[in-house]
Amino acid sequence: MPRLTIDDLKKIKEKHRADFTLREGGYRAKVTVHMGTCGIAAGARAVMTALMDEITKANMTDVIVTTSGCAGLCAKEPLATVEIVNHPPVKYCDLNDEKMREIFREHIMAGNPVEKYALVAGCESTY
Amino acid sequence: MDKVRANLMLCAGTGCVASGTPKVKEALLEELKKRGLDEEIKLVLTGCNGYCAEGPVMAVYPDQVFYQKVTVEDIPILVEEHFLKGRPYQKLMFKEPEKKTAIPRMGDIPFFKHQVLRVLRNKGLIDPEKIEEYIARDGYQAMAKALTEMTSEDIVKVVKDSGLRGRGGAGFPTGLKWDFASKVKSDIKYMLCNGDEGDPGAFMDRSVMEADPHSVIEGMVIGAKAIGAHHGYIYVRAEYPLAVKRLQLAIDQATEAGLLGGNILGTGFDFHLEIYLGAGAFVCGEETALMRSLEGKRGMPRPRPPFPAHKGLWDKPSVLNNVETLAQIAPIIMNGSEWYRSLGTEKSAGTKVFALTGAVNNVGLVEVPMGIPLRTIIYDIGGGIRKGRKFKAVQLGGPSGGCIPESHLNTPVTYEDIVATGAIVGSGGMVVMDDNTCMVGTAKFFLEFTADESCGKCTPCRVGTKILLDMLTDITEGKGKESDIETLLDLGRDIISTSLCGLGQTAPNPVLTTIKYFRDEYESHIRDKWCKAGVCRNLTTFWIDEKLCKGCGACLRACPSKAIIGEKKQPHKIIQEVCVHCRTCYEACKFKSIKILPAGFEGDPSELLEAAAAGEGKKGDSK
Repeated sequence: MPRLTIDDLKKIKEKHRADFTLREGGYRAKVTVHMGTCGIAAGARAVMTALMDEITKANMTDVIVTTSGCAGLCAKEPLATVEIVNHPPVKYCDLNDEKMREIFREHIMAGNPVEKYALVAGCESTY
Repeated sequence: MDKVRANLMLCAGTGCVASGTPKVKEALLEELKKRGLDEEIKLVLTGCNGYCAEGPVMAVYPDQVFYQKVTVEDIPILVEEHFLKGRPYQKLMFKEPEKKTAIPRMGDIPFFKHQVLRVLRNKGLIDPEKIEEYIARDGYQAMAKALTEMTSEDIVKVVKDSGLRGRGGAGFPTGLKWDFASKVKSDIKYMLCNGDEGDPGAFMDRSVMEADPHSVIEGMVIGAKAIGAHHGYIYVRAEYPLAVKRLQLAIDQATEAGLLGGNILGTGFDFHLEIYLGAGAFVCGEETALMRSLEGKRGMPRPRPPFPAHKGLWDKPSVLNNVETLAQIAPIIMNGSEWYRSLGTEKSAGTKVFALTGAVNNVGLVEVPMGIPLRTIIYDIGGGIRKGRKFKAVQLGGPSGGCIPESHLNTPVTYEDIVATGAIVGSGGMVVMDDNTCMVGTAKFFLEFTADESCGKCTPCRVGTKILLDMLTDITEGKGKESDIETLLDLGRDIISTSLCGLGQTAPNPVLTTIKYFRDEYESHIRDKWCKAGVCRNLTTFWIDEKLCKGCGACLRACPSKAIIGEKKQPHKIIQEVCVHCRTCYEACKFKSIKILPAGFEGDPSELLEAAAAGEGKKGDSK
């Protein structure tokens, strides 16, 4: 490692922000991809990969992705829940790669829920 | 795609490593790879998480799910359930002792819920072997501030105003120590760190050095600037290999990054830091002895004054601070003295780390605001006494401290209040004892330690502790005399008033406090030849109460010397001539039918037991 300056300390902190958003909390948006057997069979993995790809490309450090089990609505899988802090969570259904990318741009980046893909606003509590 | 969606913080502190972290780590990496999750889920090895009893432990972020006692066999199903399918794996979660429901989130577990982390702010959150992770948690920002924006006087003032007191045991105000040393004129001064943690059962400093070595280094550079030192040593005992390894790695990384050595951060300030390995002598935790040891001489204290602030290491002005004290410095510089004072009491500000061990359910490392009652630490954080037994005493301050009984459990944990009980806060060892503990035996245990560790310089300490120990040994063997208690008290006070250093001045504390609070136990040992806890072998008779015995045979099977006879479902009996007083049967009996009687007791003990029970009740009432 080269000798650091005070500015470098701040740069290192920025570079690691994504990891510490995960560990400390303090994220702006959280996306839960439902990965029950039904979700996986319906293509939840591709949805999640697309989402993470978008996050990487946009270099977003305040969005976290997590998985949960079956959401209970197996017929409409893949499902994902988008929670923007201080806004009601929105559940999206019948997702695919492209829809997820659109939701990322419109809802997560711009803050406008994508109504045409939305199943419902609101969410059972998760941990 | 390099978005990481989860961090698995696997504890790699000494405790968890011993419980199997390295194997778990290998298995986890392999399984994540197999499932194609190795790029999106990152495994981080952390320092001590604090919950050592349940190791190896692992926290999963962002879910904040806490797993304990993770084994290699659990890994495939854990990875499939939680990381692939998103279903936290209940089997490895914390469960409350009495209830069976799993508590998934770390913040909801009582052990963690009541803690406030300042010293341990990075515990379980960073990889201690990566300097970038420390920097990402605002590391070295306080040092940068101190070196560029603050004068020596500014630093001393903030630390003084914060009310921070030395966490090594004596509680001397840190700011004052720095003030003295900063005002002495000298071409060479030394900034030293005391990592010679020696109390039996204490592991606060080890955990800090293992989990967050850079926080100690940062504190030392700030201290060096305050007093005007350009050289420093960290004195660590060689028995702490992991702490030494991580400290050395941290020093190397910081030096390479220009955060130690010459011209730190381009500010023109120099500070060179080295580790010195101690051989593990208890007396070397005393400051003057530590400095002698650093000079390569035999570790023995010398009279003060002159104080080290004037004449310390190689007769140069020196400041010695404890590991935990130094780890508090950076946040104080960043957040100010008022912030530090927002926790704790007027005279004991901030937080203190305790190593909670002994007969409590949750053994581990805890950090709490000063001023909270002992009871909260033992019952809310510690989860109460193991196996539903009765609390008897809590030992604070290690061999220099004392035993505090039930009646004083509401004592707030501050330097002054704990000293008033006869114990000391000390470095933070907190050993909880249940009703199976013999208090005379406890005092003897600590005296064995101090008599052994006395450096021998002062006669009262060298000879006095040996006499105390011999006398305690006699009492536990049934050779105690009526006058012994007074002699113990007299001699104890003499050793305190005539010893040079802290070792001798505090060594009699365990004896004095156990006599103060458990005098009746000494008396029954001496007069009745009766160790009611059933620990001292010469002072017990084990006897089965036929009315309570169900004839289950548990004691009979457990007895190693075949001293118990009896038919199934008929009351059993102990053959006294064969019994070796090992108390195995006492532990084995589920019906409390085995009673502990005085040595050589014969006949019907019901009257004696009733009187003892009544005495216990009366004692409880008077409290």
